[in-house]
Amino acid sequence: MPVDVDAAVISNTRLSEDYCVVALSAPAIAALARPGQFVMVKPARGTDPLLRRPFSIFEVLRDKAGAPAGISLLNKRVGTGTRLLYDLEAGARVACLGPLGRPFEPVDPPARAWMIAGGVGLAPFLTLGEALSARGTDTTLFYGARTASELYCVDRFERAGIRVFLTTEDGGRGGKGFVTAAVQGQLDLTPSGEPVHLYACGPTPMMRAAAAVAASYGRPCDVSLEQVMGCGLGGCYSCVVPVWDDAKPHFERSCIDGPVFDASRIAWEALAH
Amino acid sequence: MDLSVSIGSLRLANPLIAASGCFGYGVEYADIVDLSSLGAVAVKGLFLAEREGHPPPRIVETPSGMLNAIGLQGIGVRRFVAEKLPELRERRAVVFVNICGSTIDEYGEIARVLSDHEGVAAIELNISCPNIKEGGITFGCSLTGTHAVVSAVRKVTRLPVIPKLTPNVTDVASFARAAEEAGADAVSLVNTFLAMAIDVHTRRPRLSNIVGGLSGPAIRPIAVRMVYECRQVVRLPIIGIGGIASAEDVLEFMIAGATAVQVGTASFVDPFIWTKLLDGLRTYMARHGIDRLADVTGTIDTSKREQAWISS
Repeated sequence: MPVDVDAAVISNTRLSEDYCVVALSAPAIAALARPGQFVMVKPARGTDPLLRRPFSIFEVLRDKAGAPAGISLLNKRVGTGTRLLYDLEAGARVACLGPLGRPFEPVDPPARAWMIAGGVGLAPFLTLGEALSARGTDTTLFYGARTASELYCVDRFERAGIRVFLTTEDGGRGGKGFVTAAVQGQLDLTPSGEPVHLYACGPTPMMRAAAAVAASYGRPCDVSLEQVMGCGLGGCYSCVVPVWDDAKPHFERSCIDGPVFDASRIAWEALAH
Repeated sequence: MDLSVSIGSLRLANPLIAASGCFGYGVEYADIVDLSSLGAVAVKGLFLAEREGHPPPRIVETPSGMLNAIGLQGIGVRRFVAEKLPELRERRAVVFVNICGSTIDEYGEIARVLSDHEGVAAIELNISCPNIKEGGITFGCSLTGTHAVVSAVRKVTRLPVIPKLTPNVTDVASFARAAEEAGADAVSLVNTFLAMAIDVHTRRPRLSNIVGGLSGPAIRPIAVRMVYECRQVVRLPIIGIGGIASAEDVLEFMIAGATAVQVGTASFVDPFIWTKLLDGLRTYMARHGIDRLADVTGTIDTSKREQAWISS
């Protein structure tokens, strides 16, 4: 059951002119959060902007005794709400409702986990990676961006015991090209008898490519989709995604039926718009 | 303190109703809202058959409001009574079922299905959805169409019949009167205002349906005016709708003439708004020495305003 917290901003770490990590004091949400879940955040009082914005839970913050104390959000400045969040200073308060949505299911060994992130789609993978590591699952993050300066928090993953494989479109850091091509290259080197589970989050074309790679290699793949969301609770039917249901496309709500979906169920050609 | 209100023969514990299209089928909220604590729950509009609705993007924010063009995605009335109504009954929700038809016969058929089931308190007629091509608003924008739909449903059910009116007409009050003459038990108003938003960089409409319905605080003063106008010409209970987000907003509609209200967009922002609204209403009643909240309805005092205008 989600809770609504009037959460104090503990810190707001600007990673670049567009990216920041906002840490929020929200023990009740932190205690319930599972990998891949999200919160609905209202970064300012008043009616403009009116609605909350969905954000993946990036980190579960713990106090010195290890008890859940808060969460952090990886924010990219793209519109009014994300700009307000970027500008928040420590001590400010934001309404934060969660945790919400269907989480990722971490796989167990001997299966290996490959997490595929593009841009701000990195957000759900730290909590997932930690959950996978805790199970002893061999975990790799494939993380792509346009340029080296747009790759963030890599050390944070390495510290969590996650192998990191970077790509940039210009070749400035890691492999050159799209992250999904790197995944395909690694799948070519992996015997089909060794189980690998893919998890993807990023721009729609990237997730579609990841789904196509997974399908062609016969690998299971879960994607975390995000649509424009009204309520986050299943009330408004705004955030629907097209999924295949008995060979017929059907709209499901990404807030309660997702945001995590089996990639093979998504009607990708209908999702792109 | 008595917060109850009456809509015809129906007594509601308080005037707060979850607005159709903004609260799913109610069951989505059952774990976070005590459904029995609401005056009523108006469930998402239902056709006879299932519908997929419009492709996304289905909503876009605008100043102090939002546009939606969901397109009445829904499971159809038969799945509703089989899959959702039992839980709503178990949760002791007062259920208003919002129905929509492509034809007058379809409205009648859905009303017949609902009349056969325990747990439906009232039927709200959606003759005002701006986002679908067939039916619905076609009837709501014509006085004869409004009269015909209400009459047809009136003939087949003993449940309270509440047409939900569109503001996208010149004179809403004449539609309220047509509904009253056709035998409606109450009217609810207003549905959303037909509107649009364009991305100037891509020059594309922000909604896949091109146009959608505007809701939220942006429309509230217009909705209050429309409730006030309808109060002048009909004796029916009026359910006020439009951008309500505080107890003061509820009271504004009631003073203008509403017996009850619906809250929609504001519950997206704050799903726990209901207890806050009830607390605010009690505070107001205590402050003004009001025992029965229903006594507030229609108590607007325009006398001094009119005098001021005449003497100036």
